[in-house]
Amino acid sequence: MAEGIRDKVVILGMGCTKFGERWESAPEDLAVEAFIECLEDAGIEKKDIEAAWLGSHIDEINIGKGGNFLGMALKLPLTPVTRTENFCASGTEAFRGACYGVASGAYDIALAQGVEKLKDTGYGGLPDSPAFGQMQAMIGPNASAPGLFAQLATAYSAKYNVPMEKIKEAMAHISWKSHQNGAKNPRAHLRKPIPIEQIMGAPMIAYPLGLFDCCGVSDGSACAIVTTPEIAKKMKPNQDLVSVKALQVSVSSGEEALFTDWDGAGMLTTRMAAKKAYKEAGITNPREEISMMEVHDCFSITEFATMEDLQISAPGTAADDILAGFFDLDGQIPCQPDGGLKCFGHPIAASGLRMLFEMYNQLLGRWPEDRAVKDPKFGLTHNLGGVPNQNVCSIAIVGKN
Amino acid sequence: MVGIRSYGGYVPRFRLNKMIIFGSMGWLNPANIMNAQGEKAVANFDEDAVTMASAAARDCSTGIDRSEVGGVYFATTTASYRERLCANLISGSLATSESVRTADFTGGLKAGTTALIAALDAAAAGSANNVIVTAADCRLGKMGSVQEFMFGDGAGAVMVGTDDVIAEYKGSFSTGHDFVDHMRGADTKYDRQWEERWIRDVGFGQFIPEAINGLCEKLGMAPGDFSKIIYPCYYGGARKAINKKMGFEAENVQDTMQAQIGDTGTAQSLLMFSRALEDAQPGDKLLLVSYGSGCDALAFEVTDAIKKFKPKMGVSGSLARRADLDNYLKYLVWRGMVPAELGLRSEEQRWTRWTLMWRSHKAILGLTGSKCTGCGEPQFPPQRICVNPKCGAVDESEPIVLSEKGGKIFSFTSDMLAATINPPSMYGVVNFNGGGRYVFDFTDCTIDDLAVGGPVEFSFRVKHRDDQHDITNYFWKAVPVVAEGA
Repeated sequence: MAEGIRDKVVILGMGCTKFGERWESAPEDLAVEAFIECLEDAGIEKKDIEAAWLGSHIDEINIGKGGNFLGMALKLPLTPVTRTENFCASGTEAFRGACYGVASGAYDIALAQGVEKLKDTGYGGLPDSPAFGQMQAMIGPNASAPGLFAQLATAYSAKYNVPMEKIKEAMAHISWKSHQNGAKNPRAHLRKPIPIEQIMGAPMIAYPLGLFDCCGVSDGSACAIVTTPEIAKKMKPNQDLVSVKALQVSVSSGEEALFTDWDGAGMLTTRMAAKKAYKEAGITNPREEISMMEVHDCFSITEFATMEDLQISAPGTAADDILAGFFDLDGQIPCQPDGGLKCFGHPIAASGLRMLFEMYNQLLGRWPEDRAVKDPKFGLTHNLGGVPNQNVCSIAIVGKN
Repeated sequence: MVGIRSYGGYVPRFRLNKMIIFGSMGWLNPANIMNAQGEKAVANFDEDAVTMASAAARDCSTGIDRSEVGGVYFATTTASYRERLCANLISGSLATSESVRTADFTGGLKAGTTALIAALDAAAAGSANNVIVTAADCRLGKMGSVQEFMFGDGAGAVMVGTDDVIAEYKGSFSTGHDFVDHMRGADTKYDRQWEERWIRDVGFGQFIPEAINGLCEKLGMAPGDFSKIIYPCYYGGARKAINKKMGFEAENVQDTMQAQIGDTGTAQSLLMFSRALEDAQPGDKLLLVSYGSGCDALAFEVTDAIKKFKPKMGVSGSLARRADLDNYLKYLVWRGMVPAELGLRSEEQRWTRWTLMWRSHKAILGLTGSKCTGCGEPQFPPQRICVNPKCGAVDESEPIVLSEKGGKIFSFTSDMLAATINPPSMYGVVNFNGGGRYVFDFTDCTIDDLAVGGPVEFSFRVKHRDDQHDITNYFWKAVPVVAEGA
């Protein structure tokens, strides 16, 4: 009987670039920037890294295919590098690869890095690419990410009979809260608090999502070095350690897109991955036990629906929790304490590791008081790649060892 | 008995008031005020001759088992392809058998009736039966031209056969004249016409009577024997002169719908014919004449079976489904007559993979999915493993055509980011009536027409244009069923 990943792997060090429109930086620059910080934090040398996993998503505008990019950018000494691509879960998938490499006993020390350079497209929003293959490129809707996610709102409103005005209000609170948090974070791209009125009055991007309901696109890289608890304790005997409690992935089966049972008001994958992750981590009441979250707020409606999919809010009640401040930095479960995708932008494969970077540093108590989460025990990260009816969800739970 | 078995038509929903054109372009040619009466039907940004002909063909096959269709003839002078048979696109959209005779008729505006004669002859000869003849045009005049005022977009269709004939075919007479009143070269986008007085007096004024007289002589009939005379001619004065010359009473002459649609080129005669059949009574004798590079004249006698057929929309139903296009520049941009900046996102290349298009042509052209024979669940596109999580049967399915099922909106949005010539891009998940779901573009609507649970019908449309390679791709879109305002 498989026993899962809980407490078998420890994060030895992490690094994260400033995210943003890094016009001046090549993807190699981003990779090196995050890696050097990570290496220093881990207190090891490059030669100690036995294997690496590289997450990147959009081939066309980014770093191309394969693992060569990382080997060559970091000058890894003929080290195995495996590229992971799984939509927005690509970074967490790299982390999962490195963790499983260590947990299996194949390696003592492994690197997981996500790199995404998107601001070479010449236009706003994610690059247009045939993400779901050639057939869908021919017959799928003339769509963009905001429009595909926006439909969560119309389906949710219909299912729970929650008026769109209330959903809009809750979505505005989500974005307001993330901007409040991001304003305090020097690594965030957008560092300006935005008044609720400005959010509510912003131009429509894809009904009912306005400008501030959408995260931006940016460049960035983040990475983690992982090892076994035994090695970590030897290397850092006087320090708290952050250990991996759960790593789960769930992928759409087609029933959301093609079968009529799915309600459209949330993600089946998130519901499944969350259930498994809580079990793996030994969490029985997530609303009481999770201390903080970094979830996939590509759009405010995604974060909204995710609160229910993660079993934090009861079905049909996310708006009430959101508007009550439950997920604010001083609420019961701060969500996006670093500002989230909303303020960091979304360099796809870097995002998952950026979220872990925030949880890791919060757990180690490294952040200044004005953005520190009090006494965190479990931190949860969540990525949702693709679109609500065909997607990949990854969930990681980390905690103090 | 050989003749017409059914009829249908299609008029695009958008209508452009001709005074709007005059308001923008009247300064260039003030005499066009004479032509600025009424409105013209304008193909939506995602419509062309192929899609309109498909819509008319679907209308004319209302209630008829399409597996019986033995041929699809398409007439147009504005085909989206010079090499690639557009009739195959239309038969594909109808999900007919592929053991079918398909042909495109083109070149002159009389091609619509020439296709009809070919179908009637085939039925008479027994070489093809239940042949759908569909004609559509989407011709362009330059900005401020007479043609821009006179032309409209639309389609007409009839099915020809030997059973359930509603109008028996009595015979035809044809002329072919290299009379170049209108022309477009092989690489030319806009119509060029010679002096109108010549077109009026020699073109319409001589050739139409010539064809009618030729037919009457051949059949031993007189022009006055016909209860309805259907002929195109968008010059009001010339029509009066022809009616007078031939002794036709005005009430016996079919309206051209010039002030509601405009002249629809190869479709004009079939569109008028289809409209006339809506009102026809058993025993009526119909005279159908076309015009353009010569004429065809055909005689029909309506049978008792006329009472048994009614198209879903018909020309009049289609005409009543209307919305104003109140922006002349939008019309120009839709037709590619002026350059518009659609943003760099629109410049991303999307290749059409012809191997894929062939492999999946029944799904793409015919909206054909699979229906699990285990649990009965329809699914689109066709799946080898049943998508119902409680079933999961492997390779146990049969094809199911979903284009006529209609559906209900499950979720929707209106997107200002996606690159389109007609923002916002509207799309959403649609549940097919009877099961299965897919995500479709919505068209012929505004965001106000979209609501969860709202009914939709499916329409065969231009899905994507690759201007670099001159490729037009087609697929199905969902059209919200809306109650038309006055």
